[in-house]
Amino acid sequence: MLRVLRDLLRYDGRFRLAVVLLSGVVIMILLSFNSPYDPSKTFEVPWDLPPSWEHPFGTTSRGQDLFWWLTFAVRNSLYLGIVTAIISRVISVLVGLTAGYRGGWIDRTLMAISDSFVVLPLLPILILLSFLLRESMNLLNLAIILGLFGWSFDARLIRSQVLSLRERSFTRTAVYSGTSVFWITMREHLPFVLPIVFATTLNNVLWSIGMEVTLSVLGLSDLTTPTLGTALFWANQHGALVAGVWWWITAPAVITAILFLGLYLLFTSINEFIDPRTRLRLIGG
Amino acid sequence: MTLLSVQNLHAYYKTEAYGISRTVRAVDGVSFDLFPNEIYGVAGESSCGKTTLIKVISGSIRPPLKAIEGSVNYDFGDYQADMLKISQDELRKNIRWKRISYVMQGSMSVLNPVRKVIKTFQDIVDTHERITDKKEFLEKTRAHINRLGLPTDVLNAYPHQLSGGMRQRVAIALATVFQPALIIADEPTTALDVVVQRGVLHMIKDIQARSKNTVLLVTHDMAVHANVADRVMIMYAGRIVEEAPTENIFNTPLHPYTQHLINSLPMIGEKSTKVSLKGSPPNLADPPAGCRFHPRCPYVMDECRTVVPELVTVKERHRVACHLVKEASL
Amino acid sequence: MSTSPKLLDVQHVTVEFHIGGLLGGALLTAVNDVSFSLESDKPEIFTLAGESGSGKTTLSRLLLRDLEPTRGKVLFEGRDVSTIRKRSEFIEFIKKVQPVFQNPFETFSPLRRVEEYLFDTAKNLGIASKRREAAKVVDDALRNVGLSLDEVRQRYPHELSGGQIQRVSVARALISRPKLILADEPVSMVDASLRMEIVNLFKKLRDEQQVSVIYITHDLATAYYISDRIAIMLRGYIVESGPVEDVLERPAHPYTQLLKESVPEPAPIKRESWAQHIELGTTEVKEYGRIGCKFAGRCPKVMEICREADPPDVQVGRQTVKCYLYSEHAKVTDAEAEPRSRVSQ
Repeated sequence: MLRVLRDLLRYDGRFRLAVVLLSGVVIMILLSFNSPYDPSKTFEVPWDLPPSWEHPFGTTSRGQDLFWWLTFAVRNSLYLGIVTAIISRVISVLVGLTAGYRGGWIDRTLMAISDSFVVLPLLPILILLSFLLRESMNLLNLAIILGLFGWSFDARLIRSQVLSLRERSFTRTAVYSGTSVFWITMREHLPFVLPIVFATTLNNVLWSIGMEVTLSVLGLSDLTTPTLGTALFWANQHGALVAGVWWWITAPAVITAILFLGLYLLFTSINEFIDPRTRLRLIGG
Repeated sequence: MTLLSVQNLHAYYKTEAYGISRTVRAVDGVSFDLFPNEIYGVAGESSCGKTTLIKVISGSIRPPLKAIEGSVNYDFGDYQADMLKISQDELRKNIRWKRISYVMQGSMSVLNPVRKVIKTFQDIVDTHERITDKKEFLEKTRAHINRLGLPTDVLNAYPHQLSGGMRQRVAIALATVFQPALIIADEPTTALDVVVQRGVLHMIKDIQARSKNTVLLVTHDMAVHANVADRVMIMYAGRIVEEAPTENIFNTPLHPYTQHLINSLPMIGEKSTKVSLKGSPPNLADPPAGCRFHPRCPYVMDECRTVVPELVTVKERHRVACHLVKEASL
Repeated sequence: MSTSPKLLDVQHVTVEFHIGGLLGGALLTAVNDVSFSLESDKPEIFTLAGESGSGKTTLSRLLLRDLEPTRGKVLFEGRDVSTIRKRSEFIEFIKKVQPVFQNPFETFSPLRRVEEYLFDTAKNLGIASKRREAAKVVDDALRNVGLSLDEVRQRYPHELSGGQIQRVSVARALISRPKLILADEPVSMVDASLRMEIVNLFKKLRDEQQVSVIYITHDLATAYYISDRIAIMLRGYIVESGPVEDVLERPAHPYTQLLKESVPEPAPIKRESWAQHIELGTTEVKEYGRIGCKFAGRCPKVMEICREADPPDVQVGRQTVKCYLYSEHAKVTDAEAEPRSRVSQ
C-alpha cells in the first residue's frame, strides 16, 4: 500500500498536485475541531470586516469569522459527499454484480427499478422532500436521499461490464474449479469493475456537493448547518456583492474550486494506477 | 533491381510508466532484400519480431516504437522511398494502397462493418484517384472482382453477411485494386479453416503470378510456406536465423531452430514421436546474450552463449546465423 | 456379468438454435442427430474434427453442460447430465470431467496469479483442505505436466508463454484425477515450437494415467498423431468416423478427402495435389439450409439422391460414413454388374 502511494507521489505530477491541494482542505477540516468560534452563534465579532491577520478571510455580515466558519463548512460538505458516495457505490455494485451475473428475472427486476430511478426528476423531488421534511432535512438525511438516487446509472454500467466478463474463458475456468457464484463475482469480476466504480465515485461526490449547494442557495436545506452551499445562501441573503463584502462570496467559491480540482486530480491519478490495463503494462505484459 | 533493401534495422519499443522503463528490442539487426516477382515468406513464432518488422517496412512507426538504427529503402522504378524518413502525407498519397498494400489476419480492420463492400472500395479508390465517372468505376471494380474468382454480389453485401474466408478474399481484392508492387500479407489465413485457407492462398498465388509483383507472406505455419513461398526467412527473437529458397529450407535446413520447426510438425501418415523444444521464446526486453537461441538449442556450444553469430551466406542464396555452420564450413 | 456403463454416451443429440433478424427467424441446427460413445475401461483419445460451423464447438459446450440438447441425451457414467442440478452433484461431475480451453491467455484472469486457480480447484473439489496439503497436490499436478510450483509461483498469465499456460491449464484439470478431459482446440493458439509438448502430454495422460480425452480440433495432422478414433463433422452431422488411421489414410467421404487434400504439408515436393484449385462457398448459411447432404453443393461425386434426403450411415471397412456413394442405392444404380458386398445400414 505504501509502495503504491510512494510510486504515485514520485511519478505522477497530478497526484502530487492533488495531495498539495487536498492537504489544504484537510488542514481546514482538522482545524474545525479546534475552532475558537461556535458556527451556530452569530454576532460574536464585528461584522463586515475585510481579511486581516486577525480574521484571515474577513467576517460576515452576521458577525462570524469567515475562516473558522468555513472550516466547518468544508468539513460538512465533504462529509455529505463521502457518505453519499459510499451509500450509492455500495448499492450500485451490489445491484450491478447481481443483475449482471444472475440474469433472468432478477436482472430484469433490478434493472426496471434502476431505470425508474434514472428517469425520476431529482431536483423537483428533492425540493418536495425538503418542504416535507423541513425540520429533519439535516445533512445525514440528505446524504441518504442523495445516495438512494445516485446508484442507478452506475449499476447499469457495472452490469454491462459483468455481462461481458461472464462470457470470458476465465469465468468458465473458475466455474470448473468449483468456485461458487459469490466468489467468482468477488475474485474474478470485481477487480475489473473497481476502476469504473472508482471513476464514477468522484463524479458522485462532486454531484452530491453540487446538489447540496443548489438546495442551499434556494434556501431549502437546514440553513443553520454551515456548508459551502449555505455560505453562498447567506452571502446572497445579505446582498454581499452589492454591499461590497466580496470575501464572503470569494472565499467559499475558491475553496470549492480547490476541493473539486484536488479530488479530480486525486481520482484520475489513482484510477489510472489501478486500471487493469495500466497494471498490466506495469507488471510487464 | 531490388524492390526493398533493409540494412541492419534496429527497432525498439520504449515504454515508461511509474518509474519503470522497459526497452523491448523487437527487431535487433535485420538485413534482407526483396526482389520483384517473388513470394517471400517470413516465418517465426510469437514475439519473434515479425509484426514489428512489418510495421517498420510499411511505414507505421509510431511511439512507443522507434527505429534506432539502420535503413529501409524502396525502389519502385519510377519512385524511391526511405521509410524511416518519409512523411505521413507522402505515405498516404503515394505509398499506401498504390505501391504497398496490406492484408491482415481477420479482415475486420479494412472492411467497414457499417458500409457495403462496394462503398469501401469507393472510399479507398476515391482517396487516391478522384472518381469522376461512377459507372466506369463500378465496371472496373466488377471486372477486378470477377477476375479474382469472386461473385459480383459480394459487392452489395455487408461484411458480416460474408463468411470469414470470403471476407479475407475481398480484403485481398481491395489490396490489389491499384496493383501495388508489394503486398504484405500478415497471417492472412491463420484463423481460417484448412479448405478456405487453401482457396485464399491459391488466390494470392494467382495474383502474384499474373501481376508479377512481390508478396511478403508472414506466417508461423511452415506448411503454408512450403506450398506458397519462393524464399523463406526464419526469424527468432528479433533476428534472422536463416534465409533460403524454399526447397533448401525444407530439404537442408541448417539452423537448429529451423530444423526443429520443420521436424516437429506432425503429418498424416506418420506416427513417429515428435519432440518439442524445451524452454520458451525469450522476453525481448531482456534477451539472452550471444545467440538468442542458445538456451533452447540442443547443440549449444560455449561460443554460442557469448558471441552473436553473424548472418553469413553459406551457399547460393542461403544465409544462416549459427556458429555450428560456420565451424562446419571452415 | 453386467458391463459397466460407458464413460460417455452421446445418444442422438440434436441442438437447434433460433436465429432472428437478418434471416427472419430461421432454425439453425448446429448439431444434428449425433451419437458416439467412449468406454470406461479403455482410455482413448477421441477427436471431433471439423471446420468452423461444423458444430464441434456447440457439441463441446453441450458436453460441458453449458447447453441443453433440443433432442437426445448425454449420459456420463450412465447418468443423464441434464439431471445434474444440485451444486453437490455438479461438483461430483466436474471432479470427473474437466475442460482445457483454446486461448491460453483468456483461460486465467490477467489480474490473478495462475497458481490460485489450482489451489481453488484443490480446495473446492475436496482434494485438499489446508493450504500446505493443497500446495503438495498442486505441485504434483504441475510436475505431471513438466512444470513445478516453484516455476509458476507468483506469476501472472502474461509472464508465461502460451505453451506454459496451456500446461498449467491441463495441470489444473488433472488435480481431481478426472476420467475425461475435453480439450477444445488446445494447441491452435500455441506457438509451433511448443505445440508438441501439449499434444504429447495428452498422449501421456491416456497411456500412463488412464485419462480419456475428447480432442476438438480442425488440425488433422495433430489429430492423426494422437487420436485413436476420429469423427469428422460437417454442418452438424458426423459424416465419417472410425479409427484414425482408416479415416485419414483412406478417407471414404468426399468431404474428408477434401479436408485431407487441403492440409498443406510441410514439404515442398508434395505440392501438386494441394495446388489444385477448388470452389469455395459464399456463405455458410446456404449450406446449413440445404436439404439432403450438406456437402452436395461442393461434392465432386454428387448424385441426384444426395439433394433429396439426409444420407444414411454406412459401414465401410472399419469406418462409418454418411454418404450415398456407399449405400445400397449407389450400388443399385451402378451400371456394371459386380458382386454385391454386404453393407450394413
